Parts: sequence; C-alpha cells; structure tokens
Amino acid sequence: MPKTPLTFTLNDGEVAVFVDPGASLIDVLRRGVGDLTPKQGCAQGTCGACTVLIDGKPHLSCLTLAETVEGRRIDTTAGLAGGPNLHPLQKAFMEGFSAQCGFCTSGMLMASKALLDRTPNPTRDEVIEAISGNLCRCTGYEPIVDAILSAAQQGGAR
Amino acid sequence: MLSVETYPTLAEASQAMTDRSRFLAGGTLVMRAVNYGDQGFDRIVRARQVDRDIRTESGGLRIGAGATMADVLASRDAALLHVVAARIGGPAVRNMATVGGNLFAPNPYGEFTTALLALDAQVVGVNGQTTPIESFLSGRAHHRGLIAAVTVPRVSEGDFRFLKATRIKPKGVAIMTIAATLTRGDTRLAFGNMGPTPLRAKSAERALNNATLDERGIAQALEVCTQDLQPADDPLASSWYRREVAPVHLKRLLLNGGRR
Amino acid sequence: MTSIEFRKDLFADERDDTLKEIGKPTIRQDILGHVTGRTPFYDDHQFDGLLHMRAVRSPHHHAEIRRIDISAAEKMPGVRRVVTAKDVPNNLNTLLSLINFGRDDEPLCAHDKVRYKGETVAWVIADTERQARDACAAVRVDYSVLPHVLDVEEALKPDAPVINHIYPNNTFDYHDRYDHQKLRFGDVNAGFARADHIVEAEYQMSPIEQAPIETCGAIAAPETNDRFVCYTNTQALFFSLGTTAKLLNIASSRLHFIGGTAGGGFGGKVDSIVEPTAVLGAILTGRPVRFAWDRAEEMQVGAPRGGERWRIKDGVMRDGRIVAREFSGFFDSGAYMRLSPYAIIKATGHIPGPYTIPNVASNVYCCVTNRTPATAMRGFGITAVDFAIECHMDRVAEVVGMDPIELRILNAYRDGDMKAHRRAAKNTALIECCQVVADKANWPLSAEARAQSSLRGGGGERAAIPETATDTEGRIGERRAGRVASTAPAGGTGKIPAGTASKGVSGVPVQNPDMQIDADRIGHRMGAAPTPGPTPARAPAPPPRAPAAPTPPASYQPPPAPPASYQPPPQPVAPPAAAPPAQTGPYTPAEPFSRGTKRPGTSPFTSGFRRR
Repeated sequence: MPKTPLTFTLNDGEVAVFVDPGASLIDVLRRGVGDLTPKQGCAQGTCGACTVLIDGKPHLSCLTLAETVEGRRIDTTAGLAGGPNLHPLQKAFMEGFSAQCGFCTSGMLMASKALLDRTPNPTRDEVIEAISGNLCRCTGYEPIVDAILSAAQQGGAR
Repeated sequence: MLSVETYPTLAEASQAMTDRSRFLAGGTLVMRAVNYGDQGFDRIVRARQVDRDIRTESGGLRIGAGATMADVLASRDAALLHVVAARIGGPAVRNMATVGGNLFAPNPYGEFTTALLALDAQVVGVNGQTTPIESFLSGRAHHRGLIAAVTVPRVSEGDFRFLKATRIKPKGVAIMTIAATLTRGDTRLAFGNMGPTPLRAKSAERALNNATLDERGIAQALEVCTQDLQPADDPLASSWYRREVAPVHLKRLLLNGGRR
Repeated sequence: MTSIEFRKDLFADERDDTLKEIGKPTIRQDILGHVTGRTPFYDDHQFDGLLHMRAVRSPHHHAEIRRIDISAAEKMPGVRRVVTAKDVPNNLNTLLSLINFGRDDEPLCAHDKVRYKGETVAWVIADTERQARDACAAVRVDYSVLPHVLDVEEALKPDAPVINHIYPNNTFDYHDRYDHQKLRFGDVNAGFARADHIVEAEYQMSPIEQAPIETCGAIAAPETNDRFVCYTNTQALFFSLGTTAKLLNIASSRLHFIGGTAGGGFGGKVDSIVEPTAVLGAILTGRPVRFAWDRAEEMQVGAPRGGERWRIKDGVMRDGRIVAREFSGFFDSGAYMRLSPYAIIKATGHIPGPYTIPNVASNVYCCVTNRTPATAMRGFGITAVDFAIECHMDRVAEVVGMDPIELRILNAYRDGDMKAHRRAAKNTALIECCQVVADKANWPLSAEARAQSSLRGGGGERAAIPETATDTEGRIGERRAGRVASTAPAGGTGKIPAGTASKGVSGVPVQNPDMQIDADRIGHRMGAAPTPGPTPARAPAPPPRAPAAPTPPASYQPPPAPPASYQPPPQPVAPPAAAPPAQTGPYTPAEPFSRGTKRPGTSPFTSGFRRR
C-alpha cells in the first residue's frame, strides 16, 4: 500500500511518519507515533474522546485526515504536564473527583485547555459550552465543570 | 483500496471528481464515512487552497465554501448567522465543519443549510454558476461539481429567526430545525430534519405573509405548517411525533424568538 | 450472623478505622492515570503485526441462512482469513451455563439462521481495519427471510414464529414446569372480592443501551507456552475466560486474561462476545488480533437493558390499605436468553415492592423475540418493576383521594413483617425515607404519618404467612398448544396451609460451601465428543447438585403433609408437536460435560464465577 510521508509537531517534539491513505489523525497518533492519550469512542464525531488541539484549537482527531496536519502543531494530553509537574487542569480534575472510568478525560482536558488558553476566566456557561462536544457516560459533568472553573482560578492558562 | 488526491486549487480538484470520489473539506462527513467503511467511494479529493473568506458584497454576504462554523462566528459581517453557527456541534466540530459541507449534510445535520434556505441564499459553483438554494437542494442527491461559495441576500437582523429543537441540553442532535425570515409580504420558513432535505413550509409562509405575530395571527400558520413537509421516522423521533410538535416549536420561534 | 472482622491487630498502622469519609473530598486511587492519559485501557496495549477482525452481520430480524460465499472476500487485499461458524469449536453457549442455569441456546456465529438484526454470520481478519471492512462487504450471504416477532406478548401466541428450537415456546422454562415464574402469597382473588376499589394499569419500559464511551473490544495474541493472552474491557474477567474456554474448547489454563480497566460498562460489558472472538482470531492466524465494536455496533448489537411490560392490579380499601396486588410481567429477552431469566427471579423477589400486602400473585414471562438479546444494566430486573409499582402507587393515591406519600407510609413494610417471598422484613426504612423526602420537599404530612416508624407496628399478625391459593396453569407448552390464553395469575385451585414457610432458593442450585471447587458445577465441555464406554457414572445425569426431586419454586411449597387439595403436578400434559425435550424432566445437555478441571495441566480455578 503506498504510504504518504507526514511531518508535524507533537507536544514540542518533531514527528515524521508514513501514513496509509485515508488514515485518521487518531490512528497515526495511537498506532503510528504511540501517543495513546487520545481515545476513540465513536469514530463519528459525537463523543469528543479523541479531541486534540491543532494549532491551539480543539479538533476531533478521529475525523481529521492525517495528511491535513502536515507542518502543523498538535497538542495532546501527553504533553499537558510540564515534566513531573501536573497542569492546573490535571490537578483540579484529581482533586475534584472529575473522572470515573477515565475514558473521556483526555478529551475533556484538551477541550478545557483550549478554553482556558483563550478565556482565562470563563463563566460557568462558557465552560459548559466548551465541553459541550464531549460526552461523559459516567455522568460526571458537574465535577468536571467545577474542576475547570477551579483550575481557572488557580491560573490554569499557562 | 482508498486513495487520497490533493490538488492545488478547487478548480483542479473539481476536474478530478468522479462517481467514486468524495471531496474532503472539514472531514466531519467524509472521514466518518471512511471510518465506517463506506463502499460508495474510494477516492478522497482535496484542494490546498480553500476559500474561507467571508465578506459583504453589493448583493449581500458572500461566504467561501471552505469557511468553518468557527470562521462564521469570528466574522462580524456574518453576525446574522452567529445564532446558527453557535448551535452546531461542540467547539471541535465548529473548528472543522464547513459551510460548503453543510450543504450536503444528511439528516439529522444541516442546520446551517436550513438557515440558508430561509434566507434565500444562492449556491455558487466552481464555474461561477449560481443556483437558488431551493433548486440546489431539490437536485442535491444528483449534484455534480464542487461548491465555491454561498451568497446571502441582506436581511434585517430583526426579521431572522432560528430554532434548533433537541432532546439533550445544552447540545444535542436536532429533532428539527426551523429558520424563518419574517419580511412582511415575503416570509420564508424552512424546516430541517423534516424531509429528505431542508424544506420550505410554503402554506405556512402564505399564512404568515401579512399576519401579526400574536396567538391569533399565527394560528393559521401553525395549523398548516407540516403540510409541505415529509418527516421520517428515525431513532431520534417518529414522523408522527415530529408532526405533532412542529407547531409547538414554530409557535415558540414566532412568539418568543425560539425560547420556551 | 457473620460480621466483617477488621484485622486491626495486623493493619492498625495502615488504615484509620474511623471511616469518616462522607462529605470529604477523596482522591481516587486511579485518577493520576486518568488525568495523564496513562491508564491502560485494553486498546492501549500495542502489538507488532496486529490484525483487525470485523464481523459480517445480518441485515434481517429473522432469516434462514441458505449459503455463505466467502470466495470474493478471501481474495481481497490484506485478508488473512475469513472465519465462519464451522471454525468455532463449540458453537453453542448460554452465559449462565457456568453456574448451570439455562440451556445452551446461542451460537457465537450464526450458521442455520439469524435471529436478530446484526447477528454475526462470519468474520474477516485483515491487516488493516479498512481492509477487513471492505472484505466484510464482499461476503455474500444468501438469506431466506422468515416472519419475525418483535413484541413480547405477540411472541407468546400459538401462531408466533418459533425463534429458537431450544426454547420452542418462545419462553424460558421455569423450574422445568412452567412457562413463567410464579409467585403466590395469600389469595389475591379473595382480596379483590373484599376491596372497595380495583386499580389496574399497564407500564412499559423500552430497551436502554448502556452506551459506554469505550465500546466493547478485546485484543488477543499468542503467548509463550502455547497460551493466548487477551486484553479486554470486560466487566466479568473470569466469566469471559470461562465462556471463551467453553466456546473454543480450550483449557482455561491456556488463556491469560488481563482486564480491570473498562471505559464505562454499566452492565454492557458482561456478555463475553468480543473475547472468544478475538482469541479465536488469534488461534486461527497465530497473530495478535483486535476485535472491537464500532459505535454503530455498540448501539445495534450491544445487548441493552431489555424492554419490559408490566400490568398491575390492586385491590384497595377506602382508607388506602392495599389488600391484594397482582402482577403480569413480560421481559423482552431478545433472541437469546443471556441474563434475562435470572433478572426475572430478581424481579420476582422484589415483588410487591417495599409494602406489606397480604395477598400477592405474580406471573413473569421471559419472552424470546427477534430483538437484540438483552443483558445486565444497573439494577436490571428491578428498575422497570419498581417504576411500575411507584407509578401505580400514585394512581392508587389518586383513586382513594389520598396524599401519595401518606399512602406509601400507610402501606410501607415494617420490621418483622412477612414479605411475599416468605422472608421476614428487617432493617426496613421506607417510612423514614418518606418522612425525610417530605421534609426536604416541604411537603406537608399529617401528624399521624409523621409519627410512624419502621420499628413499630410490624410483626405480629403481619408476620404470619397466610393460607395460599395455588394453581398449575401455564405449564410448558400449553400456551403454544392453545390450551391457555390468559397470562395473568389464574384463580387458585390448590391450597397451601397458612404458615408454610419457604425453603431456600430454586433455579440456581445452592453452592455450598461457597468457594469449594466442584467440577460438577463448572460444566464446560472439554476435549472431543464424549467417549462412549466406561463413562463416569454421572455422565448423562440431571444437573449436578439438584436434590433428588426438583426443588419447587419458592412461591409455592408443597405442604409437609400433602392435603387433598394440593396435587404436585403430575408429568406435564402431553406436549404439543414441537415440545422441548426438557418437558419430561430436568434439562440434560445433549452431550455430557466432561470435567475440565480433572485434566492434567488444567487450572482448578476455571470460571470462578459465584454470584453477581
């Protein structure tokens, strides 16, 4: 099968891979690069578990054709912590009991990071809007919203 | 086996389209089909240059087909359509989904197109040919060629109404979408998810043309609002349910600006 | 009787036993993994040369499979193997067979016919998921469509299509005697006769999909020592292991199952389908194989909480006391039994709700239809009947013109009361719950209702077991033969004297002592067909551990000295043409289970499944 070369920036590192025609970004990240933090829940754009940032903006990696990220910057949950120091959002999620099964957490973190990067002091409604494309079936939305607001108070936008 | 072809311009990409091709814009429709093994196509066609420009022209607003919902929300010129774009998907979907793609979005999607139908937009092909959106939609199933832009005639902001009825708050897929331009004597009322494509409720439009917007004035329109629609059964709602609640939502749209 | 013994002597330094945790924030043990994305879900285990397996699924609710043509699919690029039913060594199972409950009724891969939309008819294993999907689309299946039935009560009719010959009456057979689970306590008809009001209504709950964000999936791979490792998101690891061993006819010691992390489950990940499928793929290809449902499959094929229909009839006195309550319940099990028959036993134990009602009768049917098989989901067996009961309480309150909370307090069970399944109620708290709810909601309660307590007024007369009317209607096969039409509890013809207590549970043989490994109850077939000749004496015996006579259901007990009025049912009436073999006695498997645990090299811990 003819493969296409692809280079992009992933969490401050340069990545060069060969991708299958039609491969999605999540496939390339998980199976090609080995970044397992984006999760695949639906492959159709409804659950948000695969959310990553492309040039700082949230995108669904399951619906992104891998070739379209040539030369762009991808951020995933794997790059959220600064070395051993957790991001304020990660700390807030831990302290706020904001995950049960943990499968939606990566996507929630990326969606909320995108929010805090642009809106450091969001209102509750803005937080709800920011994660409105992310489903949590353990129905833990309230602790998640609380954690994002709490992270914002602690300077979540770094 | 799937292949991906990337062309410098939209015009070249348009030349390359065949019956076994799909043009990839934002990816929210095409990649979903790819992920689920759609056997209807095996070539993905892309263009490097896409028109994401949104600007006011003499005739009204011109939106490049490659503009995303987030682009619409970021454009002051498109302020009228902010209420529509904001109701589509979550932030990630809005960063990806395009106005051009929405023209082809099947049920239960296509809210933006429903609004364009109520606004009497024109669809601009790659070759520059313009088609009224209503005829574009009626021939959509057999449409060939790529879309370059849509143009939206000037409408006063107070005359435009939009409502997306969902079961899930704050966001969910639409049971139905209603958009209306309440220009006196020239009312346009469009329903999404109430037929194979967004459809106009022409009987209700006539009843609204010179009506006052109060309980009595709209009663006739509510009565006939589903006459020109063909709602289907799907996992979100039955055809019967859609017909039953359509007047309820239309009333909210007309009297409360879409609020309960 | 027993209480938890904290080993304070050993662990004094390790845990503060004050256990004052409520209302304080707690850091979850697993949350660092979640927020860093490092929690290893099954799909986060990477294998070189991973192959992808996808299923070919039935587009019909009910159809005969005439022919499957895999020749085109086999030639597609990247295809390693097309797998069909004949590749499954022991292609018939029922989930609860691991605890000797029910008959094997479900193939892993359909071969003679499909019984629900989305049932597996073949699989493709290919290098990429896309190649597997393309090849699935190229498998040609020639179906002959059969009439289908999607409604529980339609399925009970004599002319309804037979969905599975293993349950030819479209019902689960309870206690080898009836086509439904009976509960009888007192005499409801006598209660109705003296009641001031009769309140009847029907309630229905649709199937509900658990919809975990992570869909069901597993990766299996050859391991050292001729074993297979299987990473799975199952909610029931050893259950999945035992089921895989049985379906694939492989010693459980050759299976290394690794689970423990599920991206949501809610009951939807107990059915043990993806694990045997992935392991089968790994066995057939000698390569790591991933088998996972996509979202559409999770919704269509993933077993939901089954739909249920309930009819309740109450006899109520003018003052609000409920003197009789009758239930007819219908569980939609879908095309196969899985866990529904067990859910019905749970539901029956729950009847008539947390109320003391002197006369109770219930018939509950486990119906086979052409819908997706149903399974577990949070409190399954209880949720729908509770919904029905509480809706009905409101309806009764309306009829007698009483405050709905006061009606509940009036009828609430209290400590020492006898429940319909003949166990005394203890630790009851419905009255206190009602009082607290009323307070929180600023709902006015009378001084009398406020003064009530679960600790007072129970027992005494309310602890008595009444004389109970019994009937023998609805024996297996009678309904299909057109000899019985009503599904409601029939008028009693027999009598059990007052005071006849219950004895244990029927249905599932009591496993005692609990953790003792008993080959007889593990029951998965091992090795080739049973060897004739010097078979162990117990080879084709009735289910192990069953008492000499089948244990009667808890709901009617043969009296100590049989009075003339009660006749233990004789051999069931001559069965209709297509009668199940089980009608004449307890179910015996077509071929005896050989006892896997006795084989050298086999783990004695096969299917360590006790109760759920």
